[in-house]
Amino acid sequence: MITQFLSQMPVLLVVLPLLAAPVCVIVHRAAPAWFIYALISWACFAIAFLLFVQVRIGGPISYILGGWPPPFGIELRLDALNMLVVLLVTGIAAIASIYARASIAAEIPRERAYLFYAALLLCLCGLLGISITGDAFNLFVFLEISSLSSYSLIAMGAKRRALLSAFQYLIMGTIGGTFLLIGIGFLYMMTGSLNMADIADRLPAVSDTRTVEAGLAFIVIGLSLKFALFPLHIWLPNAYTYAPSAVSAFIAATATKVAVYALIRFLFTVFGAAYAFGQLPLGEVLMVLAVVAMLSGSVAAIFQTDVKRLLAWSSVAQMGYIVLGLSMASATGLTAALAHIVNHGIIKGALFMAAGALFWRMRAISINDVAGLGRRMPLTAAAFVVAGLALIGVPATGGFISKWLLLEAVMEDAHYGLAAAILVSSLLSVIYIGRVVEALYFRDPADNDGKTAEAPVSMVAATWVLVGASVALGLYASPLVETAERAAAGLLGSGA
Amino acid sequence: MNALWLPLLVALPAVMSLVVAISGRWPNLREGVSVATALALLAGIAGFIGDVTAGGRPSFTLFEILPGASLTFTLEPIGLLFAMIASGLWSLTTVYAAGYMRGNAEHAQTRFFVCFALAISAAIGIAFAGNLMTLFIFYEMLTLSTYPLVTHHGDAESRDGGRVYLGILLTTSIGFFLPAIVATWLLTGSITFTDGGLMAGSGLGALGAGLLYALFLYGTGKAALMPFHRWLPAAMVAPTPVSALLHAVAVVKAGVFIVLKLTVYVFGVDFLAETGASQPMMWIATITVLGASLIAMTKDNLKARLAYSTVSQLSYIVLGATMASSLGILGGSMHIAMHAFAKITLFFCAGAIYTATHRKNVSDLDGLGYAMPITFSAFFIASLSLIGIPPMGGIWSKWYLMEGAADAGHIAIILVLSLSSLLNIVYLLEIPTRAFFHNPRPDTPRNWQEAPWACVIPLSITAAGCIVWFLYPLPFTALLSPWAPQ
Repeated sequence: MITQFLSQMPVLLVVLPLLAAPVCVIVHRAAPAWFIYALISWACFAIAFLLFVQVRIGGPISYILGGWPPPFGIELRLDALNMLVVLLVTGIAAIASIYARASIAAEIPRERAYLFYAALLLCLCGLLGISITGDAFNLFVFLEISSLSSYSLIAMGAKRRALLSAFQYLIMGTIGGTFLLIGIGFLYMMTGSLNMADIADRLPAVSDTRTVEAGLAFIVIGLSLKFALFPLHIWLPNAYTYAPSAVSAFIAATATKVAVYALIRFLFTVFGAAYAFGQLPLGEVLMVLAVVAMLSGSVAAIFQTDVKRLLAWSSVAQMGYIVLGLSMASATGLTAALAHIVNHGIIKGALFMAAGALFWRMRAISINDVAGLGRRMPLTAAAFVVAGLALIGVPATGGFISKWLLLEAVMEDAHYGLAAAILVSSLLSVIYIGRVVEALYFRDPADNDGKTAEAPVSMVAATWVLVGASVALGLYASPLVETAERAAAGLLGSGA
Repeated sequence: MNALWLPLLVALPAVMSLVVAISGRWPNLREGVSVATALALLAGIAGFIGDVTAGGRPSFTLFEILPGASLTFTLEPIGLLFAMIASGLWSLTTVYAAGYMRGNAEHAQTRFFVCFALAISAAIGIAFAGNLMTLFIFYEMLTLSTYPLVTHHGDAESRDGGRVYLGILLTTSIGFFLPAIVATWLLTGSITFTDGGLMAGSGLGALGAGLLYALFLYGTGKAALMPFHRWLPAAMVAPTPVSALLHAVAVVKAGVFIVLKLTVYVFGVDFLAETGASQPMMWIATITVLGASLIAMTKDNLKARLAYSTVSQLSYIVLGATMASSLGILGGSMHIAMHAFAKITLFFCAGAIYTATHRKNVSDLDGLGYAMPITFSAFFIASLSLIGIPPMGGIWSKWYLMEGAADAGHIAIILVLSLSSLLNIVYLLEIPTRAFFHNPRPDTPRNWQEAPWACVIPLSITAAGCIVWFLYPLPFTALLSPWAPQ
């Protein structure tokens, strides 16, 4: 019984949230729907942890769906790389379950809240599916599940602008999804296979054709749209700004990270580093775009008046760090990219949660609205400060570890200009985080009754769990870095 | 003593800051906790003196942060000296701060004492750091824990001061220090402080070493080398006890201590002497010594004048490091102590004057000496020590610095040090001269009007310290025996 359960765990990651979503719709009430979401997300987190340990000890796991062996049937394939992503996604989902209840009760009408939890479960299902599948077409299907559900999640935002943002995201996201599908179609045309490992085996024979090159281009552009690589980022600031707070936190921490994971998977596992970065000049292209993203995103963040929009622009910059790391296609570069996927997911989740708690109190989130809240909401404001420091990359936080690895990677290859760009972007983040911190602590609140009035305990606690995780990963980063190193070695080994 | 004490001593002030926070409602208990912690810390550090003097290097590794970079504490003589000064003067400053903060009815006193304790914890962490990673963590912790102290008043002026403070210190540390650490790691495969330095076998040439050295020294923004010195005057918006302990002792001395530590344990004195890689920074330091003294002469605000004097004096220590001779290291290390005692006295006096009369400018001090004789006498003694006149301790560090300069063949440095002493006379002795010999303004009190005793006693003790170290400099030369003349 137990061994059977253990052997079925990989598919449960996808099946549990997928089946729970309609149950949420059937129960039709906010409280039980929340309970289902919380239960499933924590169950997924537990399963992810068990699988992580299993992969760590026994190596990659291959799970065959429906008894059809690959390359004909769909294969779920778990290795060091995607377990890291799965652990991040399920972890954030679980902590978001603590946070969401109070936050959603305040932002979404009670009679529609059950739909919110159903959509969130579908989104979780899609993200986990992308992460663990070993089948290219299946990846596209899960990408669409997560995308469609996130459009509806964003559209549930309180302001009417949320609808427009969701629509904008829908247009861009659909273009991205279509590009990905075209790319996968090209690969299928040339190799006759949809299983990633199988495609990888067959590609070298046909890799010089224009079709494969075009396929690569379509896949890279399609996925870049999904993780908002400059200049394909225009949907992101609006989407993050107008989405409900819990959604901003969840999606900012997970969705873009999973899309980057998918890009890494395609480039290194399917195409191989030698082809994408050696034969084709993809590294240089991504490097330039990453640097522009790092600098322009940070500069744009400085000029924002809305805290959530500021954080969204900062995400554009931070995705630049991740892409910069992978664009070097070196072991250290990939390690840095993978570590930053996890670190930035946690940090940005914490920042959006803190921003959401401030929003819960003030019903608005411009820098003027949060003025003086440092004294009235000391715990939330302090969480924002610590998470902000982590974003800047102050030592003893996760952000520092990413930055250290990234600097090591660029300086190892003697790219001193890139090192300067990383540091300049970090310093720009001091300015935009500093603006919010100054507003929190140095200005007088709008309504001056001087009492402390924290957000609900559940919201503050969830925020601090992520903040604590970020500090813990900054002080004791060896496990994360070793896992990332192993994943990077696996990617480069299989790609060479 | 067991090396396990090292992390415990670093953690002690941080842990006790919680107790300080809890006891916030009973001010006497709160300050009592701070003083007791400071004395316990001092005693704990003193317990290592015998071991370190005998050549021991107690070391304790907590855990690996990254593969190859651990959180490690190692005690060596200069760090021991710096840690003892920071903790010893912390106890006096706490007494002084109690008098000052209550005398001026400052707000948020509990937050003040909590941040103070955290800052000391960070300073001790810097003193004990066994590798560059550990050092960098506590360096940034020191910056961040002092930021609420700098901006204590919470008004527009302190916000602007805080911006400059954080802006310069974070920019230099993240922009220069962090890449320098990574470069060291890639070049030598190690970031652990090692006797004789890491660079000797790395194949780094004079130009590369010079660039890396400059990156490190400018990265240490707390050493206030020009043109990255502006944060120090900006930090003077803080309450005076902060200026006294942190911006005359703990923070700035952490900066120059790091310069010494990098010179000795990362680059190696011999390596720098051979390649001449530290010479460009030596000239930057001489410019800072003279430039800051000249600016100090133009400042009428007493704390601003003292701040620029600090900028100038810090570069004495940087000079000691960059001249790449062991006597320079000895002189620089001793100057950490001598300048600490003299400058904290001067700041204590400035705060006492403000508490008693609410005067901030030098030109307002005419004839005030008769109302505040103890304060101005202490000011006079400390000024003489900074100038380097016997019978004050400051003579010893200046002596060794000059000897080191002669040893390394830099005659120009001797001239710079002499010239700087003359400038010190001009801008420092003006103050006691005005207080005792100029005609008082009509509203200046003639009768006894000293600050509270809690302010006057600490400043008398530190002034007495200046004299004691002249008569009894042996502890320093014994502790710093690796660099002392045989």
